[in-house]
Amino acid sequence: MADVISSDYYKGYRGDALAALKRFQVGVWSDVEIDSTRGQFTGIILPRSETFDDKHIVIKLRNGYNVGLAVHTLKSVKELGRKEAHYKIPEKEFPHDPSKPLVKLLGTGGTIASRLDYRTGAVIPAFSPGELYGSVPELADICNIETEKLYGVFSENMGPEQWIGTAKAIGREIERGVDGIIIGHGTDTMHHTAAILSFMVQDPPIPIIMVGSQRSSDRPSSDAAINLINATSSAAHGDIAEVMVCMFGPTSDDYGLLHRGTRVRKMHSSYRSTFRTIGDVPLAMVDRKRFIHLRQDYKRRRSDRTVKINTAFDDRVSIVYYYPNMKPDIIDSLIDHDYKGIIIAGTGLGHVNKPLYPSLKKAFERGIHVYMTVQTLWGYVQMYVYDTGRDMMNLGVIPGANLLPEVAYMKLCWALGQTHDREEVKRIMLTSIAGEITEREPYNGYLIYQGGIPEVEEFISKHKR
Amino acid sequence: MVEIKRFEDATPADYAALGMKSGLEIHQQLATSKKLFCRCPAVRPYSEEYDAEILRHMRPTLSELGEYDGTALMEFKTKKEIIYQIRRETVCTYEMDDTPPFELNQDALDIALEITMLLGCNLVSEVHIARKQYLDGSIPTGFQRTTILGVDGWIPYKDRRIGIIQLGLEEDACREVSDVGHLRTYRTDRLGIPLIETVTYPDMKTPQEVAEVAQILRRLARATGKVNTGIGAARQDVNVSIEGGRRVEIKGVCRIPLIPLLVHNEAYRQAALLGIKRELASRGITNASFKADVFEVDELVAGTRYYPLANALHDNLKVRAVALRGYRGILSTKTQPETTFAKEISDRVRVIACLDRLPNIAHSDMEGETLSSTEWTKIKKHARVGDRDAIVVVWGSAQDVETGVKEIIIRAREAMDGVPNETRQALPDGTHGFERILPGADRMYPDTDLPPLAITEDRIQRIKSTIAELPWDREARYRAMGLPAEMAARLAISGEKHLFDRSVKETGYPPILLASLFIDKVRSLEREGKLTAASDERIVATLKAGLAHGVDGGNLVALIEKTCGPEAIEPEAAVEALGLESPRTIEKQIAAFMKKIDLPKIEKDKLDRHVMGLVMREFRGKLPGKTIASIVERFLS
Repeated sequence: MADVISSDYYKGYRGDALAALKRFQVGVWSDVEIDSTRGQFTGIILPRSETFDDKHIVIKLRNGYNVGLAVHTLKSVKELGRKEAHYKIPEKEFPHDPSKPLVKLLGTGGTIASRLDYRTGAVIPAFSPGELYGSVPELADICNIETEKLYGVFSENMGPEQWIGTAKAIGREIERGVDGIIIGHGTDTMHHTAAILSFMVQDPPIPIIMVGSQRSSDRPSSDAAINLINATSSAAHGDIAEVMVCMFGPTSDDYGLLHRGTRVRKMHSSYRSTFRTIGDVPLAMVDRKRFIHLRQDYKRRRSDRTVKINTAFDDRVSIVYYYPNMKPDIIDSLIDHDYKGIIIAGTGLGHVNKPLYPSLKKAFERGIHVYMTVQTLWGYVQMYVYDTGRDMMNLGVIPGANLLPEVAYMKLCWALGQTHDREEVKRIMLTSIAGEITEREPYNGYLIYQGGIPEVEEFISKHKR
Repeated sequence: MVEIKRFEDATPADYAALGMKSGLEIHQQLATSKKLFCRCPAVRPYSEEYDAEILRHMRPTLSELGEYDGTALMEFKTKKEIIYQIRRETVCTYEMDDTPPFELNQDALDIALEITMLLGCNLVSEVHIARKQYLDGSIPTGFQRTTILGVDGWIPYKDRRIGIIQLGLEEDACREVSDVGHLRTYRTDRLGIPLIETVTYPDMKTPQEVAEVAQILRRLARATGKVNTGIGAARQDVNVSIEGGRRVEIKGVCRIPLIPLLVHNEAYRQAALLGIKRELASRGITNASFKADVFEVDELVAGTRYYPLANALHDNLKVRAVALRGYRGILSTKTQPETTFAKEISDRVRVIACLDRLPNIAHSDMEGETLSSTEWTKIKKHARVGDRDAIVVVWGSAQDVETGVKEIIIRAREAMDGVPNETRQALPDGTHGFERILPGADRMYPDTDLPPLAITEDRIQRIKSTIAELPWDREARYRAMGLPAEMAARLAISGEKHLFDRSVKETGYPPILLASLFIDKVRSLEREGKLTAASDERIVATLKAGLAHGVDGGNLVALIEKTCGPEAIEPEAAVEALGLESPRTIEKQIAAFMKKIDLPKIEKDKLDRHVMGLVMREFRGKLPGKTIASIVERFLS
């Protein structure tokens, strides 16, 4: 018997629950009548998430609800039949229209289209053009789409291997002649990937747009479709040939914002409108009908197929988020572990406390590249204003202008992948190549409205239609 | 065609002949201080004020088993924009679906489990939160977080049991403010308040039974003292089907007395729809031979004096005619009082194509009141319509009219099949209109945001110990005390049951007197707001005083109103103020009073006058003077 029963027959069950299934000779997808000390139940045995306990089996009742039954309450389990679920997003062939541009969707993970994973109880992405068309048919009005799944990882598991692979894939697609690229990505580290791709892919002739969703696409209120539609139309028809993030703009389902890949940051753990351009205004706003440029200093779409792909990367870099009373052993530990670069997210204009000085000096002497950024996120590092700043520069700490800490981290990894020459690294770090450092902070680059203030309340009181 | 009986004339035998079955889904808010999945206060009454608006759209998603739900697809066709009006005090980012859920409210779970046990349901061991899709926008996530706590319970009713399919705990939805064209607006204060949903089997056989069972279930929930009361705190959905028909759900009945007429009308609507089905079959119309053609008739009706259409043309809307081959007379077939099958079509066009300015269709079974006969003739000629066909004219924007045409054809086609599974909305006149396609199990999806929660034996025992006595046991005990069956049943699940038990034990009034006092008279005083100072304590004290003074049962209401009303007079004083003492009690009091008088040694007749004076000063008005005189005389002699 055992050799004909696949491991899926008991999917997710272990310990007591597994023993019970075996004892009653039933498995996942068995349609069962159960008699228990808490009464009778009829339904289909479902797979169980491996992270749940081993004291319950899960059945789907006839009314569609799932319930767990404690193993110790089971008196008898009678199999009536089997009913396996075939979860499938309706796949329809994506219509080809030769008059429309071609967009390539590269998948790294995230939930543009997704289905349930019984192993983890979480959602996993589904992805083919047919599946996309089945769930977001509007895409066919915009362009032709090809998809390629590069990776299937949660965004926190993205790393140098995936970044380099994605950059190379982008280079390949540009050479192949696609009109735009969208990259499906989990949102947590989307801005990290956007930053490193901004450095690895230089002067692309076409839009490269990262997109994801804050509410997974298995929910009716998901932002996946609207984000995907906005990103796809920007990639197919937009004029901005840069690495960007296209995500939900305001609180309402309204427009998307295109953010420059080096100035964007995820700013809320769960809001849809979590991505914000920091210290500047976004590049454009986009919805079903409009594409509005918010600034003119962007790189234009070109018809040539030239692009420079530079995937240099040295991952011996860390970010140190300074806090008062930080002990020097934090820095010492990085020195001892052979780190080559440190990005400090300092307080205020870019400060740390005095007890760290000797360690910073030691780091400099060991050839470690130390750059200062600000944990306020908005504003520039300015180390001349106070003695502290001047002292630190004397210790070899280099002010990182208005590089965002994560962007500075990615750029230093990339720079150290190319050279360890102190002056050359400094030149690379402080020369803006993708808008990561701006010369000016516009008056409207820092707008965080505070609720409660009458004019703000007035603004949010009515949805402007 | 089928005879539609009037509600007043229909008998249980008529419903039995139709094979009518009806079940209930009762939604009851729980009285918790906070909402079910976030820490917002569960505030009632609601407010009409709001601080901000948010816009959302909904898209259908797949069920766990890989199916799209019919309702979801229907709602998607309506292409609604949904505006949520939110108020800072009552809504946080959770309700707006911008924050994941917090842990399930444990107080709510305890109350819901208590009621699950009262209904004798089989308890689940592990609670799994599900997402039940609602694409109408009534919940900003697009789904309701809901869970099943027990299945297969029952309540006694007459000489049988009414089965309970399930009891679920879920979050309440938004309140709709308006729904005009493609814009629907909701208020969000109610959203997220804990709610239990009790679903019965279709065990009720007449409209009256449905109302009675609804009443029992409502009282049962209220008897816990842990549920909200007031308008909208409990809402009923009624499921109705007849032999050969299908389950139709009438939604959102907020008052139980409205139920019987709604059920009656639905039973006969289904009978009428089955009549139409038979008629179409006898005309030889089948799924294969069904034919509907669509024509652009804007130019044929240009210059019409039929104002709805004239207005539409003025607004540059499109006009389409749908020829339904072989359907002559079907649209004018009666389905509800004052309503014909055309309303079934008009409803679909209104709800799904969002053509909500009525009338939204005109049809050839009702020529006289709409287009002119010349216009009808032109349309019929153009559509090559013969004597056996019907024509439906519809108007709207290019996109909406296209949806409208499709819906007309869909509904006409469904007529061949009899009764479509629908959710219908109760109207105040006892009729009801189409709301949406009845959703099925396909709209269920496991909630991946929350882990399962085990219901431990300890928890079950703790809750069980707080349920003093099951209502059925209590009822049996009351019957043994001599209460009539109906009274025992009502009292057993009433809020006054504890007061009753105490009063029987402590006052000695007959149980039947106390029962009727509490569940009829005192309750109606309370409803009228006359018992501002009432408490169980005070009522029992009042009864004790009443008993001590021999107050007659018929006078207890007045006494309670004195002690527990705005005057809040102490029981003893109230007995006196109302002059309720019985003559025998007063005689005893006089006797006791006289024993304490120091009798001066004076002549008999002087003594008589002296004692009489003292007694009269104390007891004047309580008994006739003559009676008092004879008592005094008897005492002194």
